[in-house]
Order: sequence, then structure tokens, then C-alpha cells
Amino acid sequence: MVATPEGSSPGSVAIVELVEPTERELDAESADWVRRLSAGDGTRRREAEGELHARLVRIALAEVNRRSGSTPVTGPELTDVAHQAADDAMLAILAKLKDFRGESRFFTWAYRFVILEVSGKLGRHYWRNPPVALDAGQWENLPDRLGINPQQHAEAAGILAEVGRVVQDELTAHQRRIFVAIVVDGIPLDALAARLGLQRNAVYKVIFDARRKIRRALVAKGYLDDQGLEQR
Amino acid sequence: MSELERLDRFLQTDPRDVGCEEAMAVLNIYVDHTVTGGDAAERYPGVAAHLAACGPCGEDFTGLLLAVTGA
Repeated sequence: MVATPEGSSPGSVAIVELVEPTERELDAESADWVRRLSAGDGTRRREAEGELHARLVRIALAEVNRRSGSTPVTGPELTDVAHQAADDAMLAILAKLKDFRGESRFFTWAYRFVILEVSGKLGRHYWRNPPVALDAGQWENLPDRLGINPQQHAEAAGILAEVGRVVQDELTAHQRRIFVAIVVDGIPLDALAARLGLQRNAVYKVIFDARRKIRRALVAKGYLDDQGLEQR
Repeated sequence: MSELERLDRFLQTDPRDVGCEEAMAVLNIYVDHTVTGGDAAERYPGVAAHLAACGPCGEDFTGLLLAVTGA
């Protein structure tokens, strides 16, 4: 595989490990679903669509229920999110059915759409009743967020000061805003991405780079060992 | 695990990490590999590194895995 070069960011290079054969013989179940969903016979196709949609709704409801403890979205709104996710996933699946090449089983491919729709919609719905405002900057929570207790750890004050210095001095205003929202204020990454109109990967990249910079600074100050993943 | 070890784990960045976009593009393949008993992390180390570090993508992996296994 190709490793991400030093100084670059995740997802910035083509990953040889991900290359899969573009054409595979479909397993019987997958082939049957593709045939039914592509059928010229309208009745047969509509039956398949109805069956698939029912499955997507079931998966979406289970997924929002599983995530209910980590989102401020509750009750009927959570159910609405599930149904919207299933509807949008259905449209995406039908639009991209011709691109399905059997790299995975059909249902694994199809369910990925609905899972990702649930993630995106929960991120957007977060802002209807957010427990934390954007740019709240609750720095007093940083020790808890980083799991460092100044009362129990003699070096905690120095570590927290160094983290603050890196955030202030080594991040751009855009990077600092994202770091504070995610790490300091605990806003879910998908919610922040939705609010700022960014892709999830763009937000992750900022946090990835900030983590690397902070770790290097803490290693330079002798708080952490330099034997990290980057050296392996 | 000590406080410093937990902090270090949070700050560690794996150079193999492929990022959200690449990981989500092959999530179905990765999940099928997992379900069928293959060592997905060995086959796709960059995806495994990402799923271990990115909370939202890790949640999507768990959700898809549960969806296809009916758990």
C-alpha cells in the first residue's frame, strides 16, 4: 500500500490497498435483486422497490435508535430522520444501481447508503436543539475532554498550557475554530461539518493535523514519549 | 491505562490512515470482508487505522455491520 507521506493528511493519496476488481460475478441473491430492481416489468420492479424500501426503513429505525444516546434529536423527530434517510437512500440506490459491480453483497452495498444518510441527517438535525452553541469555547472543560485531571497529575497544568499554546499559535483561525468546537466543546463532527458546510473528511483532516502538532509539542516538552505511530 | 497513556492514544496519528472519504467509499467491502471471516484490518490496514481513529466513521462501520448481520 501507499503510506501517507510525512506532512500530508489522511485521504490525500491514492490508496493501492483499496483497489478491487471492477467486475465480479454477483452472488445469486445480489444478482436477483439487481434483476428485479432493473426489470422492465413495472409490477415486478415496484414490488422489489417496495420490499427494499421496507428493509431500508427497518435498518434506519434501528440505527437511529442505536444512536439515540449520542444525539439531542429525540422522539418523533428521530423517527422522521429514519424515514427521510430511508427515502433518500432508496433514491440514491436506484440512481446508482447500474454502478453496482458486486464488490460486496448487494445488501451491504445498499445498506451503506442508509447508514450514511442517518449520519448526515443526525448531524444536520443536531442544530435544531443544540446542547452546545457553536463557538462556545468552553475551555474549562478541556481537562475533562483530554482526560487530564490537574488535581491528580502534577504535569497536567503544563500539558494543558502547551495544548493551549499550540492551538493558539500553530493553528489557523479556521483550524482553531474546528478544534475548539470538536475537542473543547464536544460538538459531534458530523454536526459541525453540516453547520460549516464542509465534508466530514475536511473536518477530520483538521483534527488529525492538530492532534499531530499537539503530540509533537508535548513530546518536545518531554511530556510524552516520542515512540508514536509515526515512528513505527 | 494512565491519564497520559489515554491522552497519548488520543493524540496518536497513524500515517496509514486513509481518511473518511476513502474509508466510506469501501465500507461495504470492508464490512463484507469482516462478516465472512476475513481479516479486514490486515487486508485494508489504512481503512482499519481510520476506523479506529475517527468516531463518526467507526459508528458507521458498527451500524453497517449490525445491519447486515441482523444483530
